[in-house]
This record gives sequence, C-alpha cells and structure tokens, in this order.
Amino acid sequence: MFKPNPIRIDRNVTYVIKIAGYSCILFLALIFFFLLRNGIPALRDTGLAKLFQTIWYPTEGYFGILPLLFGSLLVTFTAVLIALPFGVGTAVFISEIAPRTMKEILKPLVEILAGMPSVVLGFIGIVVLVPFMQKTFNLPTGLAALTGAILLGLIAIPTIVSIAEDALNAVPQSYRQAAIAMGATRWQTIWGVTVPAARTGILTAIMLGIGRTLGETMAVMMVTGNAAVMPEGLNALIQPVRTMTATIASEMGEVANGSAHYAVLFFIGIVLFIFSLIINIFASWVSTRGRKRAERILS
Amino acid sequence: MSVARKIISASLLILLLLTACARSESNPNSSKSKTITNTGSDTIVNLALAWAEQFQKEHPDVQISVTGGGSGTGINSLLSGTTDIANASRAMKEEEIATAIKNGFTPKEFVIARDAIGVIVNPENPVQDLTLDQVSKIYKCEINNWSELGGEDRPIVRLSRESNSGTHVYFLETVIRLGSKTDKSIFCPKTLLLPSSEGIIAEVRDNPNAIGYDGLGYITGEVKVMGLAKDSSQPYVIPSEITANNGTYPISRNLFMYTRGEPNGVIADYINWILSPEGQSIVSDLGFIPLKGK
Repeated sequence: MFKPNPIRIDRNVTYVIKIAGYSCILFLALIFFFLLRNGIPALRDTGLAKLFQTIWYPTEGYFGILPLLFGSLLVTFTAVLIALPFGVGTAVFISEIAPRTMKEILKPLVEILAGMPSVVLGFIGIVVLVPFMQKTFNLPTGLAALTGAILLGLIAIPTIVSIAEDALNAVPQSYRQAAIAMGATRWQTIWGVTVPAARTGILTAIMLGIGRTLGETMAVMMVTGNAAVMPEGLNALIQPVRTMTATIASEMGEVANGSAHYAVLFFIGIVLFIFSLIINIFASWVSTRGRKRAERILS
Repeated sequence: MSVARKIISASLLILLLLTACARSESNPNSSKSKTITNTGSDTIVNLALAWAEQFQKEHPDVQISVTGGGSGTGINSLLSGTTDIANASRAMKEEEIATAIKNGFTPKEFVIARDAIGVIVNPENPVQDLTLDQVSKIYKCEINNWSELGGEDRPIVRLSRESNSGTHVYFLETVIRLGSKTDKSIFCPKTLLLPSSEGIIAEVRDNPNAIGYDGLGYITGEVKVMGLAKDSSQPYVIPSEITANNGTYPISRNLFMYTRGEPNGVIADYINWILSPEGQSIVSDLGFIPLKGK
C-alpha cells in the first residue's frame, strides 16, 4: 500500500502556498504595468494641462478629469461620514452590549448585508431613495451626490462593523473587568477603555470602508446622476456628480482601442489605483504603528 | 457566521448547477447549428430580440444571441470581430469606417427600421409644446427654469443617455446643434447622463422638474410626450408612425445594422428576412416605424 511521506507532503504544500502568495504580488504588478502602459499615453497625447480641466465631454475632446476626481472624493467622504457612526456604533453594540443570542443573530445578518450585490442596492436606491430625497428636501432632482453617499454608506457599514467588531473582541476581557471594578459604568468602560484599546483596529476598519466606497461603481452610477459638474461649496452635496468609477464603467465599452479617450480612461484608472494604494498604505501604517505601541505597553 | 456562509455558498452552487443544466440542454443543438452574434444599440435591442426569436422559430438550426450595450459598443465589437452584426441607432463615423478598412473589411450598412425621438416630461408639467430651438437652449443651459417656457417656477433637470448611446449622438447633432455641422456646442455639464432608458423614464415619471428624450419604443404612458416644431412658425407635432413617416415630426432617424463586409450564408438570410415584409411586420408592435415601400 502507498504510504504518503509526511515530509514530502509538507514540502509540497509549503511550495503551493508560496506560489499562491507570490502570485498575488505578481498579479498586482501586472495590473499596475497594464494600467501604466495603457494610461501613460494620455500624459503624452492629451497632456496634464488638458487633463486637469473642468469640462468632461470626451467624445468632443474635453478631457478634464477634475469634476470626476472631486465627484469621487465628495461622495466617498460623505459616505464615510455617514457610515462611521453607524458602523462603529453597531460594532460596539454587537461586541459590548448585545446579549449573546442577539449577537449570534446580528453578526451573520451584517455579513449578509456585506454580501449584498451593490446593483441591488442601486436598484432600491433608484426606486425608493431617489424620489424620497427629491420630495423630502425639495431638490431639483433626487439623483444627487448625497443620495449616492447614503447608499455607499450602507455598503461601507458592513465592512466597518465586521472589522471594528473583531478589533473590539480582541480587547482582553481583563480590561473591562478592571474598569468595572474601578466603579466605571458600562458607557464609561466602552468610551474610556474598550474603544480606545481597539482604536487601531477601528481606524483600519474605517480606512478599508473608505477603500470600499471609493471603488464602488454600480450603485453610484445608478443614483448620482452622472453629471460632470465641478462640486462647489456645500451645495454640491445636493447636486448630481459623476464619479471616476462610473465614468470608466459607462464609457469603456464605447471607446476605440488606443484612442485618446481610451488612454484617458486608463489614466483615471491609475488615479483610482493610486488613491486606493494611499488608503491601504495608511491603513497598514496605522495598524502596525498601533501594534508596536500595544506591544510596548504589554511588555 | 459560518451558517450564513454555508447558506450563501450552497445557493451559489445550486445556481451554478441550474445554469449548467440549462446550458447542457441547449448544447446538443448548437453542435450542428449556425450561430449569429448580434450586439449594439440599446434602442434596438428589444426589436432585435423579437426578430431573433421569430427567426429562430422558423429556422430551428440557427441560433442568434442578442446583446445591448450601446451603438458605440456594438460597432467596436464589429471592428474587433467579436460580433457578426452590429446594431446602431446612428450611422458609423468616418474614423470607425477607416478602422474597419484597416482591420480588413468594409462594413456594409442596412437600414432596418425607423425611430422617432420623443422629448418627455412629467405629466404634472403644464408645458405642452416646444420648438427645437427651445429644446436646444434647455440642453445648453441657456434656459434654466420652466417659467421661461410658460410653465411653473421650477428648475429644469436635464436627462440624457450616456455618450456611448447612438440616441445621445443623434440628439446632440440634430437637436442641440440643430443639424449644423459647424456648431460645436455640447450638452452642458449639468446634464444628467443616465446609464439606461429605464432610468430616464423612471426619473421623468417621478420628478416634475425633469426633461428627457428617448426612442418612441421606450416611452411608456407614465410620462408626457411633448409636441415639437422645427421653429415657431411651424405646427407642433406629436411623434407617431404617421408623423414620422410623412416627415412632419422633426426628429426621426434611421436605425442600422452593420455586417463585416457583404454578408453571406445565414447572416445574409437573416438580414434579408428582417427587411422582408414578414420581418418588418413586427416593427410597429415594438413602437418603431417600419420601412416604407416594402
């Protein structure tokens, strides 16, 4: 009978895992080179001066990406402002306050919400949220940045809840016991001890929430109206915007390979890539910095 | 958590199996059948589907797969060789034809039906008629309030399809630029570009500030179709099969199919069938205008 050699299995498994790990780096590099190769011609043919203009109408040669850039930033940060209190609040509730049975129900529910296809949310947005916003705030149209931000907030909440809750769970039970022993109320324990102790994890959750929001396409495309106007002042929130992702998604199918428009769309892809890279680097910097500090305290 | 994951993955698996079954049922046919791929204009997609369904009923050995995406998308697929027939609600541009020749074929154009473009508003909007010049000024942001047109004091919200739509290009050239080749005006940036015809209809239905436009085949009874006139001296005309065919309605256009060179075999049969009285008989059921004299 064939008897497997445990050492050989061990070596082979390690080998496979190594390949899987390295391939991830390889794919990332390939994607980045692909983006660069297709997007850099935009700098040469169209030029930075023309790219950083305020009119986007590519079929007639207006390649100003500024309205798209600010549109994305506006929607993303408003969405995070909305998702932040709900996300962290839900995480605190699940981890600190909810009784055990409720926790067992809530956690999977949040994960189902995380798996909800964004096009479904977009559909609900168009049928329910858009007319609601228009009537409630008496807007010219409900297809506005704020509508998109609310939907994106909904999409970001599960990400934030899931990671923040893990961070809160990782806070040693002894911290809470110590706080309560000192006579702190439950609120004082949460606000003064547990949340600060889990701060780095919560910050990571927020950064990943931002990343999720920035990259979201379908839902924003359906509800933000896609008008490439420059956001000006607070009023911009209730006006339509066009995001970078929606622009790429709706225009990529139409462009001729290798045309100026094609290169500019890839250039927008590079800008998006750089944005999410910055967010991810910042998130990992925040979390490693935190870990070192925690280690210092514990040692 | 793990229960939820299991449920999700189980339902995914079932879905996969179901689609696999559906595939395998149709597979035995396709091994000996001829397949036509047909991509492009979202305006035409429903008509193309109806044609494909009818043609397949009569020719069970032919399979026709129809997808939308926009006229630009269809023409690009034709250029890159991923589709046999491109549907377009606008004529091919010169540079697209040049690319085709560079790729080794001369596209062959067929006019397959006509379509009138309706300008639509919310039923609550009291404005009934517009001249083309007024519509043009609305979309250039030179008219910004319905009161300037005799309506209520409401801001105007302009809706359009995305720029990959042939309807968008036709509207830009014929209405906003009023057919002038030298006019370089464009949709003003405040125009909302919606990804689908349904999106435009939904927003016009719900929003009394909105104005939009779409092919007659897509316009439902929930929105109000405006009467249009070439200029204020002409009568205002509501779009219909009759007014589009006798030329009194100012914005109607041809709908096209393009093939890679002169079609042959089953593709030629299909296009000839579409142009035949039998094929044309479906056209008006879908709200389009059949070709005259066929």
